[in-house]
Parts: sequence; C-alpha cells; structure tokens
Amino acid sequence: MPAHANRIDVGDLNVYYGSFKAVEDVSMVIEPGSVTAFIGPSGCGKSTFIRTLNRMHEVVPGARVEGKVLLDGEDLYGADVDPVVVRRQIGMVFQRPNPFPTMSIRDNVLAGIKLNGARIRRSESDEIVEQSLRGANLWTEVKDRLDKPGSGLSGGQQQRLCIARAIAVQPDVLLMDEPCSALDPISTLAIEDLISELKKNYTIVIVTHNMQQASRVSDRTAFFNIEGTGKPGRLVEMDDTAKIFTNPSVQATEDYVSGRFG
Amino acid sequence: MTITTTDVQTPPNASSTPAKNRAGDRNFSWATRGAGMLILVVLAGVAAFLLLESLPALSADPADIEGGEGFFAYVWPLVFGTLAAALIALIVATPLALGIALFISHYAPRRLSQGLGYVVDLLAAIPSVVYGLWGIQWLAPNVRGAWQWLADHLGFVPLFTGPASATGRTLMTAGLVLAVMILPIITAIAREVFLQTPALHQEAALALGATRWEMIRMTVLPFGRPGLISGVMLGLGRALGETMAVAMVLSTGGFTWSMVTSGNSTIAAEIALDFPESAGLKTNTLIAAGLVLFVITLAVNMAARRVVTRRQAFSGAN
Repeated sequence: MPAHANRIDVGDLNVYYGSFKAVEDVSMVIEPGSVTAFIGPSGCGKSTFIRTLNRMHEVVPGARVEGKVLLDGEDLYGADVDPVVVRRQIGMVFQRPNPFPTMSIRDNVLAGIKLNGARIRRSESDEIVEQSLRGANLWTEVKDRLDKPGSGLSGGQQQRLCIARAIAVQPDVLLMDEPCSALDPISTLAIEDLISELKKNYTIVIVTHNMQQASRVSDRTAFFNIEGTGKPGRLVEMDDTAKIFTNPSVQATEDYVSGRFG
Repeated sequence: MTITTTDVQTPPNASSTPAKNRAGDRNFSWATRGAGMLILVVLAGVAAFLLLESLPALSADPADIEGGEGFFAYVWPLVFGTLAAALIALIVATPLALGIALFISHYAPRRLSQGLGYVVDLLAAIPSVVYGLWGIQWLAPNVRGAWQWLADHLGFVPLFTGPASATGRTLMTAGLVLAVMILPIITAIAREVFLQTPALHQEAALALGATRWEMIRMTVLPFGRPGLISGVMLGLGRALGETMAVAMVLSTGGFTWSMVTSGNSTIAAEIALDFPESAGLKTNTLIAAGLVLFVITLAVNMAARRVVTRRQAFSGAN
C-alpha cells in the first residue's frame, strides 16, 4: 500500500472552458490519508475543480488551467507530464456508476491493470480481483458470479465495482465526484462506510451535495460558491469539517450549511 | 434515469384500458397495420415467384440446362464468383471503413469530421453505372500492373495463377469496385454507433489511465461491435446483389480459381447479361440462379443477427 506521503498542493488555480473562466484562484492543501469534501451550490465549479486534480477536465475540448497542482511536490501540469500517467496515480469514481457493459465483473476490476500493455499471470490477477473487491466491500456479493456482466448488478453494487476498479491499480489518491447521487440511502451508507475504510490507504477527495454526508465522512471540508451566473466559482473557505458545520468563519458558509442559502 | 423509467411504465397497450374508440386512432392503427402487412405480402410474392419460375429448371433433364450437366453444375461457379467478389470487397472495405469511422468520430477536429462525413455519404449517392464506367476506364488499366505482379510473384497460390488479364477486368478489380461502393454504408453505420458510445464509459476508461487508443478498444469498439457487424452485413448484401458495376467491369467467363485472370461471373451479372436474350428453360435457369442468390443473402442476414444477439447480456444496450 502506498505510503502516506501524497500531499496535494494547489496554487492559484484558474480553470477555463475556452474563454469562459469556470473556477478562479483556488489554493488549497489536501493532506495525505485524509478525506476532503467539496460542498457548494450547483455550478460553483467543484466538479470542474476536482477533475483538474487528475486532468480529466482535458476530455472537454477547449478546457485548460492556469496555476499549479503539486502531487508530492511534482507539478501535474509540468511540460513533460503525461496525463495518462497522472490518471493512473489519481483514480476517479463518477456520479453515475459506469462499469464497462461489455466486460464481466472480473474484467471490469482488471481493466486498469491490463492497460498500457501490461501482462499478468492468472494467479496474480485472481488475487488482485479478490483484494480489490474485498477492498470495495463487494467480494461476498459477487464472488460466485465474477464472469457475469457488471451491468447486471444493482446501482450501489455497480458503484462499488467502480471503486474496486479504481483501487485495483493502487492509485495514491481517489477522487469521487458525487459518488452517491444516483444511489438509494442504503447503498449510500455502504459507500460511506467504505470511504472510512479506504481512508486508511488512500487520500480521498469527494464532491457531494449532501451536507450530512460531508459531515459524516470527511475530515476537512471546502466550501465553493459562485457570485452569479457567468461568474467563476471560488473557494470560499476550507477548514476542519467540524468547524465548517458548527462555526465557520465566513457568513456565506454558515448560510449554506444551515440551509439559509439563497 | 429514474424519470424516464416512470415514463415507460405507462400502460404499454392502450387497448387494455376501455378507452373511447377514436376515429383517428383507429385509422392510424389500420394504416400502420396495412403497411406492415404489405411488406410481408411483397416478400412472399417475390419468394413465390422465384420458386414457381425456377421449378422447371430444377426438375429439367440435366442435359437441357446450359452446360449440359444440370442446374447445380451450372450455378455453383456463379455462386463462387459472387461470394469471391463480395469477400474481396469486404476484406478491403471493412478495415478502411473502420478507420474512417473512428477518425471521424474520435480523432478528427470537429469541422474536418463533418466535411469528411459528407464526402463519404456522397460516395453512396454515385449511381452504380458510374462506378462501372470508372472501373472499366480508370481502375482496370491502373491495377493491371498489380495483378501482373501478383501473378509473377505469388503465382503458386491458386488464387493468383497467371496469366494476368491484359485488360485488368478481373474478379479482383470487380471486388475493388464493390469495396468502394460498400464503403459508405459501412462507414456511415460505424460512425453513428461509435458516436453513440456513452461519454460515461469513455471517461471511465480515461480515468483509469487509458490512452486514447486503449479507450477506443475498451469502450468504443465493444459498444459499436453489433452496429459494425450490421453495417458490414448491409455492405455484404449490397456486394452480393450488385449487378451493373460487376457486369460492366468483369470480363466474364468460365470458372477459374484465379482472381487475376479474366473469367468467373457472379449471379447478378450473369442474370443481367443473359436475361435479355434468354427464352424458355434458360429463363427459368436464370430465375433459379436468382433464387439461389436470394437464399444466400437471407442466410447471410440471419447469420449476422445471430452474431449480434449472441452476447446480448454484455452489449452496451443495458
């Protein structure tokens, strides 16, 4: 398991889609082995921002950033850094569960391992499959049907399969973009329990609209806000989760977390 | 997603609820039913015509059939020619179409991809008689040298036995013309299905650290596979039945294994070339050949359907 030395250091980050500035001037430090939650109203740029942490925003044509994101002191946006390599170090789980529909459960877990021409022995891959599925609290539910399609699972199981797929490549950091927004409360609880487990081995960043969820799972919380449509999103404040939810230093944060927003 | 599923759960069959019998509903229902029936009637009519008209040829004394050895001895070289020309066309067109479709859907900048899409669609609008002219006047003289080379260097393979045709009007050339003709169908269908690959899955692959090609291999190709197969089968259908271009380009003749000499013929070309001057049993023989072509095409389409549905649980549709 990776040593806890993967601090993320974001400095003066601006994100643009073409000429539109989506996120402005974000600086933050994400400590290794912690769970950091991003909260804020829709459109405030938190999803855009989390995607810049593994360069997934580059999938959108015209998207670019200014500023720096350091993982362990190395700039992810350095001239000779390959985004493919960045994404192997920093895994991602999406809003809607997205196991590969054409692959079995087993192949879904191994999808990342088999990339970039890697070859592994059957025994080794069996071990990775079991370890990753256990890590995602899914093993007992699927161990008898590893060769069945992943799309046959329930939504919550699919999402845990996606988490298993993400941790199979042993990333340093796990980004989760509203991982429970398409799930029922019981599946949500299962994912939240899992996050507390995963925290032992990974640095986790989670975007959520659910403030109870943020207060339950995270150590630190960052509140993003937007002044109006067409304006860029900004980081309002970031602090220990307990402090954000009880005694935030900015009025806007207090309004938002107490439901008096807008 | 949940919103759309509640939409679907409305009563699937309006007749199960005692609704008022509205004239508009009734008329439309009859109109669609009529259209549905008509296609079956037409198909059955064609099949019945082919069967009835070919019976005399199938039951005739073998000595009376052209060639003097019965219908099957007459038809199998034509079947061979038909399949060979179509196969050459597929071998050439499928990888090319796949490449063009992927370039348009995933590599080309948006403006270029649109223009390219139009150009490929334009290929489909060219009449086959024009392809035939092009094949005779331009392609055949220009590929003659290549067939000569094949005959010289790979002549020991039965498919390339010399002497190569001096005009270049060989089954190989006909296959190439067919390849160009079926290229737009396969490309258009492949492009459409590739573009429909859910962004969700493509992002999943990229987030795992896949390169663009790996992302395509993991998500786009498996997702588009059934569509690609139907595109190829449509192309095959056209290649099997294409008449004019083959009849013009190919210098027809008796059966030969070699694809680079003149000779061979296809069912469609044979019918087109011989029918105007046929009479009596010869007409029946040609119609029977048409029946064989009908059966081949039907078999190809059924096989394609089996391939497409075989791994449905793993398809992108769920």
